[in-house]
This record gives sequence, C-alpha cells and structure tokens, in this order.
Amino acid sequence: MSTTVYVPGDAGALSVGAGEVAAAVTAEAKRRGVQLKLVRNGSRGAYWLEPLIEVQTTKERQAYGPVRAADVPSLFDADFLKGGTHPLSLGPTDSIPWLQSQQRLTFERVGVIDPASVPDYVKHGGYQGLERALQLSGAEVVQAITASGLRGRGGAAFPTGIKWKTVLDQRAPQKYVTCNADEGDSGTFSDRMLMEGDPLSLIEGMTIAAVAVGATQGFIYLRAEYPHAHAALRAAIAAAYQAKYLGADVAGSGRRFDLEVRLGAGAYICGEETSMLESLEGKRGEVRVRPPLPAIKGLFGQPTIVNNVVTLTSVPWILAHGAEAYANFGTGKSRGTLPIQLAGNIRRGGLVERAFGLTLRELLYDIGGGTATGRPIRAVQIGGPLGAYVPPAHFDTPVDYEALSGVGAMLGHGGIVVFDDSVDMARMARYAMEFCAIESCGKCTPCRIGSTRGVEVIDRILAGVDGERNVRLLEELCETMVQGSLCGLGGMAPFPVQSALKHFREDFRARV
Amino acid sequence: MESLPSEQSAAVRRIVAQHKERPGPLLEVLHGVQASFGYVPEGAVPVIADELNLSRAEVHGVVTFYHFFRRSRPGAHTVSLCQAESCQSMGAGKLAEHARKRLGVEFHQTTADGRFSLEPIYCLGNCACSPAAMINGRLYGRLTPEAFDALIAQDS
Repeated sequence: MSTTVYVPGDAGALSVGAGEVAAAVTAEAKRRGVQLKLVRNGSRGAYWLEPLIEVQTTKERQAYGPVRAADVPSLFDADFLKGGTHPLSLGPTDSIPWLQSQQRLTFERVGVIDPASVPDYVKHGGYQGLERALQLSGAEVVQAITASGLRGRGGAAFPTGIKWKTVLDQRAPQKYVTCNADEGDSGTFSDRMLMEGDPLSLIEGMTIAAVAVGATQGFIYLRAEYPHAHAALRAAIAAAYQAKYLGADVAGSGRRFDLEVRLGAGAYICGEETSMLESLEGKRGEVRVRPPLPAIKGLFGQPTIVNNVVTLTSVPWILAHGAEAYANFGTGKSRGTLPIQLAGNIRRGGLVERAFGLTLRELLYDIGGGTATGRPIRAVQIGGPLGAYVPPAHFDTPVDYEALSGVGAMLGHGGIVVFDDSVDMARMARYAMEFCAIESCGKCTPCRIGSTRGVEVIDRILAGVDGERNVRLLEELCETMVQGSLCGLGGMAPFPVQSALKHFREDFRARV
Repeated sequence: MESLPSEQSAAVRRIVAQHKERPGPLLEVLHGVQASFGYVPEGAVPVIADELNLSRAEVHGVVTFYHFFRRSRPGAHTVSLCQAESCQSMGAGKLAEHARKRLGVEFHQTTADGRFSLEPIYCLGNCACSPAAMINGRLYGRLTPEAFDALIAQDS
C-alpha cells in the first residue's frame, strides 16, 4: 500500500512555496521508485510553519515544516514516509502545542481532509448535520440555530437564528440563500481557508439553511482576489452535484437546492450585505437603504438569507452535535467558538479557533509569541480597516463581542493585525481615511466627501499647519461621519482614527 | 468612442450569450470580456448594453464602479502589491517604494515597454505571511525587495 503525503494546496501555503515542495516530492518519489499518494489538503493554519507537510504513518500523521523544495531529498533520506526524524520534524501533527491548544469545531476538517472529495468529507463527519436537518421541520432547524447562540461571524454579530426565522416566516414565490464571501478586511483569512480547505462544509451549511427556510437557489458571492478559493468551490460544487447533495433531489429528500459561485470585482463595499445584493444583481455595489431588510426583500426583491462563510460553515457542526454542545463553548452573549486570525507583525501567525473568552494577551503572547520583528507590540487593530486600534493597556480584555465594545473596540470578523513600536499611528489614521475614500460607494455625502477631507486634515496636521485646531476639526469630522453615514463604511472608518487620536495622540504632530 | 472591429464585437456578443439567461448577468459578462481581452474595451460597452437591453450609462456605471475591471490594456505582467494594514505592518510601504523605483512607474501605471503594470491591492487574504503580492495571478508571501527583484527578473 502506498503512503499518503499531504502538501497543502492552500493559497497561503502556496505563496511560500508549497507548490514547489509538492513538485519536488513527486519528482523525488519517482526518482527513487517509491509509490506514494499526494493529497493537496487545506492549511492547518499554522502559517509560521508553512509549507507544513504531513505523512500518514500507521499510527498518526507526522508533520514536517517549514519545508523548502531543497529539503525534500533529505526528507526521503530520513525515511519521512515512515515518520523518520529529520531536523524539520514537528512530531505528530495533533501534538503540536500551537494546534493542540485550540478548540476546532468549524475548522475541524480544514487541513485534515482532501477538500475536493465527498467520500473523505463524509468519512470525517460531513453531511451528518444535513441528515439531521432533513429529519426536522424548518422551524425546528431554525430553533436549533437560535438556541446555539450563533451570531453572524462576518462582523455584525447579529443572531443567525433570528435572521433565518424572518426568512422562514415570509411567503414568497422564491427565496434565496446567499453567502457573503467578500472577505475584504485586512488581517482576515478564515473564510478563504475554509473555502479552500473544507468547501463542502460551506455547501452543507447553505443546504441546511435552504432546507430550513424553503429556499431553492443559493449564491456564493466571492471576492475576485481569491482565485484559489474560486477553483476549490467550483470543484466542490461539481462534486456535490455528482454525489446528489445538490440539485433536484438533495440527499434523496425530494428537495431542490441549486448553488453557484459569483465573482465580485474588487470593491470592498460589496462586503456590506445590501451592496453585495446589488452586485449579485449585476449592478453597481451601492448600499441600499434599510428597511426593508434583505430577509424580507433581498436578492431580486425576494426573501434572502445573507450570511458570512464562517457563520454558514458553523451550521453543520451545530446540527450534528446539537445546539447545546455549541452553546457550551464561550462566555456571556458570545457563544461557541471564534476562528481568530493572528496577522501582520506576529511571530506565530495563523488561524486560532478558540471558545470566546480568552484574553488578547494570551492570544498575542502565549499563542502568537509576540512580534515577528522581536520589538515590543505598540498597537493591534482588531476587526479590519474599520476596527479600532487597541493599545497594550487593554490587552487583558477578553475576546468577546461585548467586552471588546466595552473598551471602544469591535471584534468584527476576528482578524487581529499586530504592529510593533515602529508604527506611526497618525499615518495609520491617514490610511484609514484614504481607504474609505478609495472604497466609498459614493451614495452618501459624509462617507464620500468626509473621507477625502479627513485625509486632507491629517495632511495639514502632519505639515504643522494649525495643529491643534485641525486635530479638533478631525474629531468633529469623525463624529459627523459616524452619525451621518448610510452604512458601516463611512460610519466606522473613523473608528481607527478616533482610537489613534485617543491612545496615540503624541503621533499627531508636525513632521520635519 | 472607439468602436470594436466586427470580429471583436462578435466575440463580445458570444460572451454575453453564455450568460444572458442567468439572473443579473452583467458582472459575469464583464469578467468574461476581461478574461478574453485583458481589459474591458470602451467599444464593448454599447455592444453589451444592446445585448442585455441596458443603457450604455448603466453598463459604463458598473464597469467604472469596480476596481477590478480595467479600461485600458494591461502590461504583459500585472504586479499587484498589497497595501492594506497587515502588509503595512511588515513593510509593504518600503516594498512598494522599492517596486516603484525598480519598475520606474507609479501605481496604476504600465512601464513604457509594456511589460509591467503596477497595481495596489487591498488584501489578498495572506495576512499571516505579510507582505503579500500577486504577480500574474500567482500569490507570494513574506516578500522582500530581493525576492521581488528575483521574481521580476524571471519575467523580464
């Protein structure tokens, strides 16, 4: 029997050489006349160890990393196909402390299975959630999601069960399930990892949602910057149709659900749900005025579920293991687990799925190991470009929705970008305004004009023109944008600016 | 407005025909046109409008709304450097400065010899391996100025 070797096909792993490693493994095996089966799995999320390759031994999976193509002959020499020791040995994958400390529910199969294989998915617990859902009424499925305490993981943290119930209660000729896969926040990559590493779990989650509320058509709105995820989703959708988990007779239930991927085109605003719906309809991604809610009048005017990738991929686990099992994780009103993304200037960056409630300090130092540059951490930005900058004084805050909002921050999609003490916070504030100006859809004035004026005011502060007066003006401008913008882009882009002014005011001074 | 040579306008019509029956097809059509031409030529706008029964203004409005759709022919190689926060924390600013000097162009410009287009991009989802870039659709992480030069030399 040939040995199975896993070399990630994940975009992040490929970006640091996993493709070359896979080619080298194949070539070296051929040269030595060794039989092996190469599986392109997702990433385990330990990006600081990528390319991380694994070998299935008779006992467990042994990990090696970070591997370069040039290391491959020596791995064969060390008999890595039997788990032999090598300077790059990491031991059994499940015993790597960084991974062992995690609680992986949503990510349980990512990096473990062959993402394109329905049999492998089913073998690892896939489609048990759908099976359960098909035994329940729509209202019972919705009730399970409500009881689990699941809240929207895209950033808004709205209770998922309530959203689904609204769609369930509508009478309409057509309902839709849409997945917002426009993961545009810097510092976030959990959606991408799921779509590349376990795309069938997203398909299953959407199918459960469709069965629950009576929708027959689904769309995944994927950002154009994710070509690898696009390929993985298309392959998985084709495999699910082939295995009759999609189409006219989902899993022999007599229910129909069709699913397709639609590509965005590089507009950050299309991560806002109403803008995403406009874009799915083939229009400019301009924000819609709410009400009506998308759950009542969404895509093409029909009742529509809009959920993020992580939200939908959490659904199969909840159905398979029960709402209570999920709600047993977490703290306060933040139930379950959160896939946190450690990004930027961090020594051990990657995907950390943990129950809500651990502190920023544990994440940044115990798990993340401090900065990659070895310098002190000066600030972290949580929740993407619209999220506040948090100073070390607040690092004992637990990671949950309410606790973070208590210190003027927000969790958003769970990305944490780390900056060392060389960061210039006035420049970061300027960037926040500049980004808003580039990405504003232009529909409302505070966002469209305010962001441009914001850049100009910060430029005047940095140029030493009327410093104090302009700092006050900047504060007023931020307030106007927060209060007067139509959606979260203009309404939240001031958050990083305000937090920089509050915690790092010394940086807002004239430059020579 | 430049109008398309008839064979090109026939190609645009064929792309529209592939997507026409699907709901909300315009973005799909524009992706198809860009994949085939490398950009969305001005002359394709009235053809698409005609085929989809939209006004030229509506099609133009969509083309110009999205950063991904190009309105001019790109260089032989497109170099997109991530300029978002995570990559900034790992020196994306310096890398961009280096790239501008090395290629002799600013962002959104193409080198005089038509070989390289330099574009900013806001997040490639590779934030644990910052700074990141995409060159001709291939993703790179932990990029240094030296590694950048080596990649550019490969493509020269």
